[in-house]
Amino acid sequence: MKMRKLTAMGLAAVMAASMVPAIPVMADDAAGKVYYLNFKPEQDEAWQNLSKAYTEETGVEVTVVTAASGQYETTLQSEMAKSDAPTLFQVNGPVGLKNWKDYCYDLKDSDIYSQLTSDSFTVKDGDAVDGIAYVIESYGLIVNKTLLEKAGYSLDDIKSFDQLKTVADDIQARKDELGIKGAFTSAGMDGSSDWRFKTHLANLPIYYEYKADGVEDTDAIKGTYLDNYKNVFDLYITDSTCDPAELSAKTADDSRNEFVNSEAVFYQNGSWEYGELSKTFADDELAMIPIYFGVDDENEGLATGTENFWCVNKNAAEEDIQATLDFINWCVTSEAGTKAMAEDMGFTIPFKTAQASSNIFVTQDAEYTAAGLIPVSWNFTTMPSEEWKNALGTALTGYAAGTGDWDAVVSAFVDNWATEKALSE
Amino acid sequence: MVGKTIKKWWPIFILPTLAAFIIGFLWPFIWGIYLSFCKFTTVQDVTFVGLSNYQKILLDSTFSHSFWLTVAFAFLSSLTINVLAFAIALALTKGFKGTNVFRTVFFMPNLIGGIVLGYIWQTLINGLLSKWGQPLLALSARNGFIGMLILLMWQQIGYMMIIYVAGLNNVSPDLIEAAQIDGATSGQILFKIKIPMIMPSVTICTFLTLTNGFKMFDQNLSLTGGDPGKQSQLLALNIYDTFYARSGAQWKGIGQAKAVVFFILVVAIALIQLKATSSKEVQQ
Repeated sequence: MKMRKLTAMGLAAVMAASMVPAIPVMADDAAGKVYYLNFKPEQDEAWQNLSKAYTEETGVEVTVVTAASGQYETTLQSEMAKSDAPTLFQVNGPVGLKNWKDYCYDLKDSDIYSQLTSDSFTVKDGDAVDGIAYVIESYGLIVNKTLLEKAGYSLDDIKSFDQLKTVADDIQARKDELGIKGAFTSAGMDGSSDWRFKTHLANLPIYYEYKADGVEDTDAIKGTYLDNYKNVFDLYITDSTCDPAELSAKTADDSRNEFVNSEAVFYQNGSWEYGELSKTFADDELAMIPIYFGVDDENEGLATGTENFWCVNKNAAEEDIQATLDFINWCVTSEAGTKAMAEDMGFTIPFKTAQASSNIFVTQDAEYTAAGLIPVSWNFTTMPSEEWKNALGTALTGYAAGTGDWDAVVSAFVDNWATEKALSE
Repeated sequence: MVGKTIKKWWPIFILPTLAAFIIGFLWPFIWGIYLSFCKFTTVQDVTFVGLSNYQKILLDSTFSHSFWLTVAFAFLSSLTINVLAFAIALALTKGFKGTNVFRTVFFMPNLIGGIVLGYIWQTLINGLLSKWGQPLLALSARNGFIGMLILLMWQQIGYMMIIYVAGLNNVSPDLIEAAQIDGATSGQILFKIKIPMIMPSVTICTFLTLTNGFKMFDQNLSLTGGDPGKQSQLLALNIYDTFYARSGAQWKGIGQAKAVVFFILVVAIALIQLKATSSKEVQQ
């Protein structure tokens, strides 16, 4: 009897103990520690290795946690509410900063800020430097040069939108002879892929409008260049590997697989795809050309910019903030740090001590710029909200499938811009 | 002896569960209600704003749209699920060969999670729609709604069927035999004996299907994601969307306020339904 009672008590105690959250082993707090909530799942391993190297070198504890793809904002929200909140996190630009500006440490006097090559790689709230970009990326049309040559063309034949259309139309007409499914990979409008059109392609009309009007942001977009937007999108969905009505279900993987399997010649995406594509293609088989928009084609370069800004949590303990500042500065200045960022992560970083990346799309971007082309800046960081992008995506999907018309796209672009800008203030 | 021991030791047995209930349910629930009166980015760092979140719900047209859509969905789904589940249960209590195999097969879908089901059915339904030349799920709110209905039916009919089978097996054969001797038709036996006798099962099944219909989230998220343009967004997804997908601190509080309204609604409907059906239950 006594034995049974003891057993019962023991079991109950174990159950009760399992309810109490594990108490973390206290580290030596005096030195400060770094907790980085990483946004890019594809670079998780590289960050883990880099943080380990940093700990070995300096003894400072660095934890890197990577949020699941598409879950960054949710993960950040719950992590920031914890007592051991991330000391280093990221926002995607001025719109993303709205949620987090009360949590951002002013980086104005930090070492890393002085290492930036240009002040434009920051997000600011008034005078305070809230975020610092740590990677520069480019996007455009990725070309399968082998297939292009097989079709009898070279990159020199494509220098404007009209030429692109001629070449693509011809390739599309001869697709069976060339053994491909279409000129462009499917412009998938599934959630995994629609950002290529509702965000990246939609950047071009915004870029040209801002440029023409001499502004950097606006509360009311006019949609001056929406006809060009329509032309490019029409080209994508007509000279495509699939029926436009099926696009709503096509994913990012579908599109990439079509390109990797040499079923299409052109693929709109960015320099971050290099890692995946280089598994199949040799460097001289790939090229990235600007998304010719029919506005200023002879001067248009790749769309180059960033939506990855590092922010330091100002509510963290003082020694943790200092440890974090030291860590990010080390990442972008030390030999080991810059090497890891250039080679393991394939990043071009906007800092004075950056090392050259082996990513050929990045190299190409530099060549275009050296040849006098003007990079298209990333203005989608000024898009009013996710909501705006989603509504535009829905309108585009409907237009592609024929269930909606282009007026709906125009309205989602222009009218909804004003509505959403007003709402987010 | 046993009673005495329990009297002495009950706190040890009840405390772990009670603690889990308070930590995992009660406290978040109370805090959640408080949050609906606040503006916040993270849940610990909040500013009290009073009732303004609730005022903003009324101005949000997506909320009223998804509200009515959810009401329609919940009633339609519980009606179809219960009728079909009962029909299958009736068929499978007739004592055919292989009854157990069929019961197992019908129950199987219930073992798969909603997200997975949503993606599988998305592929299936899209394949069919594209063959028929119909707009795909992401393009047509009507197709999305029907798709969700089919998905939920497929998933839940088996579960409700098991409850009805158990109920039907408990109807005493004596009663049915007596009715047959008195010359009752099979329709009369069904409506005058079987259904009144299994009213407890009906109560529990309508309760489950109604609340499941109202709360449906994962199937909605994975099958249609609310497309096109939130037209197929049910309430739970609308709340999630308000809370997470909108930038700006004010939306979190509005999402939270929607969640409180949603809670009151589900509780009210469940209570009304329980009262209505349990009053029809008969004592054996």
